[in-house]
Amino acid sequence: MAKAMKRVPIREQDPKVRATNFEEVSYGYNEEEAVAEAKRCLNCKKPRCVGGCPVSINIPKFIHFVSERQFEDAFKTIQESSLLPAVCGRVCPQETQCEGPCVMGIKGEAIAIGKLERFVADWAREHNIVPEKPNFSTGKKVAVIGAGPAGLTCASELAKKGHDVTIFEALHEAGGVLVYGIPEFRLPKEKVVAKEVENVKRLGVKIETDVVIGKSVTIDELLDEEGYDAVFIGSGAGLPRFMNIPGEQANGVYSANEYLTRNNLMKAFKGYDTPIHRGKKVVVVGGGNVAMDAARTALRLGADTHIVYRRSEAELPARAEEVHHAKEEGIQFHLLTNPVEILVDENDWVKGIRVIKMELGEPDESGRRRPVEIPGSEYDIDVDTVIMALGTSPNPLISSTTKGLEVNKRKCIVADDEGATSRKGIFAGGDAVSGAATVILAMGAGKKAAASIDEYLKTLD
Amino acid sequence: MYRIVEAKHLADNIVRMDVEAPWVAKHCLPGQFLIVREDERGERLPMTICDYDRKAGTVTIVTQTVGAGTRRMAELQTGDAFMDVVGPLGNPSELVKTPIEELKQKKILFVGGGLGTAPVYPQVKWMHEHGIDVDVIIGAKTKDLVILEDEMKAVAGNLYITTDDGSYGRSGMVTKVIEDLAAEGKTWDVCVSIGPMIMMKFCCLTTKKLGIPTIVSMNPIMVDGTGMCGACRLVVGDEVKFACVDGPEFDGHKVDFDLAMKRQAQYKTEEGRALLAFEEGDTHHGGCGVCGGDE
Repeated sequence: MAKAMKRVPIREQDPKVRATNFEEVSYGYNEEEAVAEAKRCLNCKKPRCVGGCPVSINIPKFIHFVSERQFEDAFKTIQESSLLPAVCGRVCPQETQCEGPCVMGIKGEAIAIGKLERFVADWAREHNIVPEKPNFSTGKKVAVIGAGPAGLTCASELAKKGHDVTIFEALHEAGGVLVYGIPEFRLPKEKVVAKEVENVKRLGVKIETDVVIGKSVTIDELLDEEGYDAVFIGSGAGLPRFMNIPGEQANGVYSANEYLTRNNLMKAFKGYDTPIHRGKKVVVVGGGNVAMDAARTALRLGADTHIVYRRSEAELPARAEEVHHAKEEGIQFHLLTNPVEILVDENDWVKGIRVIKMELGEPDESGRRRPVEIPGSEYDIDVDTVIMALGTSPNPLISSTTKGLEVNKRKCIVADDEGATSRKGIFAGGDAVSGAATVILAMGAGKKAAASIDEYLKTLD
Repeated sequence: MYRIVEAKHLADNIVRMDVEAPWVAKHCLPGQFLIVREDERGERLPMTICDYDRKAGTVTIVTQTVGAGTRRMAELQTGDAFMDVVGPLGNPSELVKTPIEELKQKKILFVGGGLGTAPVYPQVKWMHEHGIDVDVIIGAKTKDLVILEDEMKAVAGNLYITTDDGSYGRSGMVTKVIEDLAAEGKTWDVCVSIGPMIMMKFCCLTTKKLGIPTIVSMNPIMVDGTGMCGACRLVVGDEVKFACVDGPEFDGHKVDFDLAMKRQAQYKTEEGRALLAFEEGDTHHGGCGVCGGDE
C-alpha cells in the first residue's frame, strides 16, 4: 500500500489566543490521528531512526503497536528505554535526531516520531499505566546529584537493576530544567513533569529536595560517611553568562535563568509571591531554545517582544518549531544584530539598547560563519527590559568541593563516553560535563553512566 | 517540612526562630546563609544564619517584617513548619578560615546594624569559643529594636550599644561610635560590618578614612541561591560577582553600594511602597539606626 507522503497535521492553539495564556501550544494527536500517522511508518529492517535517538528507543516497534492500536504495548516498549517520554515527545529536537534520518523524509515528510511518542505517553498517563518497582534488590546504594533529565534517567535505569537510589536536588522541586527552565506552554508541569517524576519514584527511587551537594553535604561525605557505593553527578549547566557591556548591571536586565525561574519554578505568572518584572517592551539577546522560551514568556506576560541575535536565521540554534511558534505569536526578530550597550535612565533603569548590525565572515571554530560588526551601523531600540540568554558557564560548587575531580579548561567536569570521571566510583553526565546542551543528550549521558555504574557496582562484590 | 522548634518575638516586628534543618545544622559555619520557603506560594527568602546547634540539628534565623513574604513569616509560631529550608549557602566568613594564632594577633571590630546584629552574633560567638576577644558595636534605631544584647554580652570582649534617638546606650549612629572610639585611642586591624546596605556603605566610608580593612556581608535579591539565576550580581572593584557563590562577604571598600542599593529596590515599585506604608504604617523601618526607615 502506498504510504501518505505528508504527516497528519498537529492541532495547535491559535497563535493570537495562545500569546495571551500559558496553556500548552500543541494539543497533540488523538487516537485516530496517531494511528493514521503510525501507519505511514515503513517499519524499516534497519531503522535509521533508532540510531538517531540518544536513549535508543525501539521506535519502529512502538510505532507498529500504535498502528495496531496496542497503545499499552507501545508505552511499555518506550519505557524499556526512557522513563520521560511525555517530556521527550514535547521538547526533543526530533528533526535532527530520530526524525532526521527517517527514510520517509527523503521524498516526503519524516514520520512524526516525537508527536507519536507524546501521544503514547499521554495515553498511558490518562489510563494510569505506571511502571512497577523491581522485586529484587542488590543492596547497593547510589547517590544521584540533580533531579534533572540526566539524574532522573540515570536513577531510573539504576533502580530497574535493583539498586537503592537517592537523588539529591538543590531546588525545592524535582525536574531541573524541566521545572525551572522550560515554560508551562511547552511542557506542562503538573500534568506532565510531576507525573513522570512520580513514575521514577515508583521504581523505588527516593528524591531528597533542598540538598545542595558541595554545601549541605559533599560527595566525599556521601561515599565515606553516608554509605553510598557510587555517585552520579548530573548537576546541570550552571552560572548565567552576561556580555560585559556597559549598562548591564542596570535594573531591568535579567539572565534568562532568573526570568524563567521566577516565572516557571516560582510561578510568578500564577500570582505567587515571587515578583517578576512585566516589561512593556522586552528584548531577549540570543538565539537558542532558552531565548525563545524567555521571549515567548515575556510576550505572554504582556510585552511587545523582540529577539536580537548576532548571526542569521540559518544559524539560530533554537529548534525550527520554536522559532516558527515564536514568529507566529508575533515576536520580532532582529537578526545579524548585536548589542553594544544598554541605555540607562536617571534612576538606573533600562531605557533602551544600542545595537550594531553584523555580517557573516569566515567560519569560526564552531564551523558557523563568524559574525563581524558593520562599522557605523549602530542604532537604538527603546526597551524597558533586557533578558540575556547567552548560555551558562559551569557551577564550581561540586568541582571545588570534591578532591581529585578533574575539570577541563572550560571548568566542565571531565567524564568519558561512559560517564567515568577521574575519581573511582564517581560518574557524571549531562550539562555538567558537556556544557549547556539538550534534555535528551543529558538523558542519553545519564543512561550510559547508569550502565557503567551498574558494571562498577558488580566489581565491588 | 522543617519544623519551627521555637519562635520568639525579640522586638515589635522581629522574630527569632529555631528551625529543624539537619543538613544545614551539620555543616554550616559563621558567615553562611540559608534559604527558606514558607509554603507552596512562598518566595525563596535568603536568611543569614544567626546560630546553630549541630547536636539538635537546628539552626536559628532572625527575621523582620519588611514585605509580603516576611510578613507572613513573622506570623509563624512554635510548632509550625517551613515547606523548605536549604543550605548552608555561600562561603564561610574569611575570619573563621584564618589560622587561630593569626587571629589572636589581630584586633577585630564587629559592627551590627539593626537586624545585621543577628549574622554578626555567630561570628563573635565563634571567636569567643576560640579564645579571641573582639569589640562589638550594635546599632539600632531605638531601645526596643536592640536585639541579642544578652547573647552578645556573653561572647563579646567589649560591647558598645548605640541608638539613633539616644533612648539606650550611646546616642547616634554606628559610624559615630567608631569615630569616637578611634578618637579615644582604639585601633583595629580589621572590621566586619553587617547590616542594611546604607549602613554598610557609611561604615565603610568611615573605616576607609581610618584605614581599617573592612569586610561586609551582602544581602542582595536572590532566587535560587546556588549561582543559577545571577540576580544577586554585584560590582566589586572592576568585577561582577555573584553574592551567592562568590560571597556573601566582600571587601567593603571595593563594593559599589550605590549600585547594589538600586538593584535591591528593583521590585519595589512606587505603588508597592505606598501600599506597604499604608498597611504597615510605622513598622516599615529597618531599625538599623542609619537609613531613617520611613521618615
